[in-house]
Amino acid sequence: MSRHSPTFDEMFTADGGIRPAYAGYCEWLQAQDQHWMTHKGAEAEAFFRRTGITFNVYGEQDAEERLIPFDMVPRIITGTEWRRLSRGIEQRVRALNAFIHDLYHRQEIVRSGRVPERLFRDNVAWLPQMVGFTPPGGVYTHIVGIDLVRTGPDEFMVLEDNARTPSGVSYMLENRETMMSMFPELFTSMRVRPVSDYPRRLAKSLAACAPDCAASRPVVAVLTPGVYNSAYFEHAFLADQMGAELVEGSDLRVEDGRVCMRTTRGYQPVDVIYRRVDDEFLDPLSFNPTSLLGVPGIMDVYRAGRITIANAPGAGVADDKAIYSFMPEIVEFYTGEKPLLPNVPTWRCAEKDSLAYVLDNLEELVVKEVHGSGGYGMLIGPTSSRREIAAFRQKLLARPENYIAQPTLALSTVPIFTRKGLAPRHVDLRPFVLVSPQGIDITPGGLTRVAMKKGSLVVNSSQGGGTKDSWVLDD
Amino acid sequence: MEERGVAGMLGRTANCIFWMCRYLERAENTARLLDAGFRMSLTRASEMASEEWRSVIVTLGLVEHYDARHDSYSGAQVCNYVLRDRDNPHSVLSMFEIARTNARVARSSLTMEVWESVNEGWMALRDMLSRPVKESNLGSILAAIRREATLFRGATYGTMLRNEIYQFARAGTFIERADNTARILDVKYHLLLPSLSYVGSSLDSSQWDQVLRSLAGERAFSWLNSGQMDSRGIAEFLILDPRFPRSLLFSYGQLGQHLSELAQEYGAESPAHGLMTNTRQWLAERNIQKIFDTGLHEFLIDFIDRNQSVANAIAEDYRFSA
Repeated sequence: MSRHSPTFDEMFTADGGIRPAYAGYCEWLQAQDQHWMTHKGAEAEAFFRRTGITFNVYGEQDAEERLIPFDMVPRIITGTEWRRLSRGIEQRVRALNAFIHDLYHRQEIVRSGRVPERLFRDNVAWLPQMVGFTPPGGVYTHIVGIDLVRTGPDEFMVLEDNARTPSGVSYMLENRETMMSMFPELFTSMRVRPVSDYPRRLAKSLAACAPDCAASRPVVAVLTPGVYNSAYFEHAFLADQMGAELVEGSDLRVEDGRVCMRTTRGYQPVDVIYRRVDDEFLDPLSFNPTSLLGVPGIMDVYRAGRITIANAPGAGVADDKAIYSFMPEIVEFYTGEKPLLPNVPTWRCAEKDSLAYVLDNLEELVVKEVHGSGGYGMLIGPTSSRREIAAFRQKLLARPENYIAQPTLALSTVPIFTRKGLAPRHVDLRPFVLVSPQGIDITPGGLTRVAMKKGSLVVNSSQGGGTKDSWVLDD
Repeated sequence: MEERGVAGMLGRTANCIFWMCRYLERAENTARLLDAGFRMSLTRASEMASEEWRSVIVTLGLVEHYDARHDSYSGAQVCNYVLRDRDNPHSVLSMFEIARTNARVARSSLTMEVWESVNEGWMALRDMLSRPVKESNLGSILAAIRREATLFRGATYGTMLRNEIYQFARAGTFIERADNTARILDVKYHLLLPSLSYVGSSLDSSQWDQVLRSLAGERAFSWLNSGQMDSRGIAEFLILDPRFPRSLLFSYGQLGQHLSELAQEYGAESPAHGLMTNTRQWLAERNIQKIFDTGLHEFLIDFIDRNQSVANAIAEDYRFSA
């Protein structure tokens, strides 16, 4: 649990043995020539550049388009492990949806005293426009990313829920494509569950959430902020793979009570919008009046039940880190079951006793902003200087309710391929979950993010993290 | 399986594809023009050659922009300005960059091969043009630009579904090509000769020869005319020969075909279609005598205007912008 406990490596046991999940892979790897593998690594990078899988990093002008480093060693999960994980994920996602619905309706969970009202009342992601309204199909979080970390053979924990617009799924798909084209023989000898049908499942899942007025074959569009957005590649990729239109705000307008896109044949209605813009940019009439990314009036159409927006506006109320700390209670409240996947222990700095503990133990803890993401604005105690800790202490004292703290976890490691051979690096896992009235659909695997720097615990791509192909074995 | 309904493509996407093709066509023609300037400069003493280099800038319509940044027309300056200057929005590198951005925006409407040809072409040129161009490597750079343009054309021709996306792409290509051929011809007519008395001189004919070369028409023309060069014949060939793929008439034949296919797909002819038909008709009714009688320059300016109107009408009819 703490940084003092030994790190769990997913490939090797403490005495150098190979864990069962990796037996087949290691046997294959030992038969490969090291130089050939190095050559393959360069090949992978050229492949990514050519196909244009890059992301833009805010504030870095020279490196306008950067590659997320890709590591060739797969992250492998056994079928047994996965079945257990997916039960926990499904339970959690079910609870998240029920929770959001409740928050915008009767607020039973507040009445029961399990969650304090201030949590969402003060939450910037809370949208009064959603009160009393139920989205088409009753779904709030059409696409969810549940970030998992592992600390031992059976110890998986949820680090974060992403209920707004989880990104990274294109890397999951392209990583698999790359691995299959580089090492086809691996996939004939090992049974790895496929992920390539994700875009089809996504299209189907979104179509199943279409409003009543939709065409028999609902028109789905992906709404992107545009070509300069850091995740533009993914937006284009998903639209392409789903056979959906990739639209910008300027392509859309409200006509005859429907949201329509400007086509070469005139304005045509859209039934489902998979939006990759934040709530506040969605509708300049309802939210940020200066937004050029959104569609004036779309919220009125939405509230009239004539368009589906995925994920639902206001769904973000469920995924900030203060809410996160209540997830065990939330899961139990809505499912009547004990949570199958535990949370990482979390101190809410808004609470007096917790704050005192956190202030006493800053050098041991990870402190995060309640609304932050992307690894920005956080303190990692053990790797920070005294001065950094002192500066953070002031921020924390000024606005304690803005922070939560967690122990510095000994995240599990999986080896990466380096010029000197295999070397362990810390990883996490983001499985992708689709929700529709037809059910909850979890793609086997997800995106493994890996800290490429030795000893680093920060896996975010904006902070130099890389990715791995993630395998779920069909055993 | 049920086919996708008649949902049109996004106007913005059509616009991106149209302009991606225009920029790639223009980049290729720019390289060809520079090639012609380069060849002409080799046949002249260096102090005279600056006039040929200047003619390249004039043809590209960049004199003002260029003069604001440079005070002379040396080969090295012109080549670097035309090929790789990022301040010049119409340098080959800038245009490949714009084309690639358009391709990124419209990516879900392109095949993998087309996207890769644009992206890889941009990467190759970016690397090749990362250092100043010297006379010694100019030839290989120009060849590389033509090759990248050819790869793009081949990928488009060989992999794109023949639907509206393809029609917009090709319409952009031929609008641009017709414009570029007209501009190249126009410059020859009124700029290159020191004075009227040079008309018909050996300088004159070698310049006409370079115009042909810059439009990749020297072999076809010599073959058709058993090696005889004359300015009228060359102008006729570049304007009116329906077999030559860079002539105005050929470009309009193709443009007509693609707009017709669009009309068929959409079930109606657009106003742009009417404008195009007029211009094609007007072209077909010309002969070279008539053109020279009214003045080649006047004819070309008239054509460039008409061509621009067709392009504007396409953008309006198919809702390229809001």
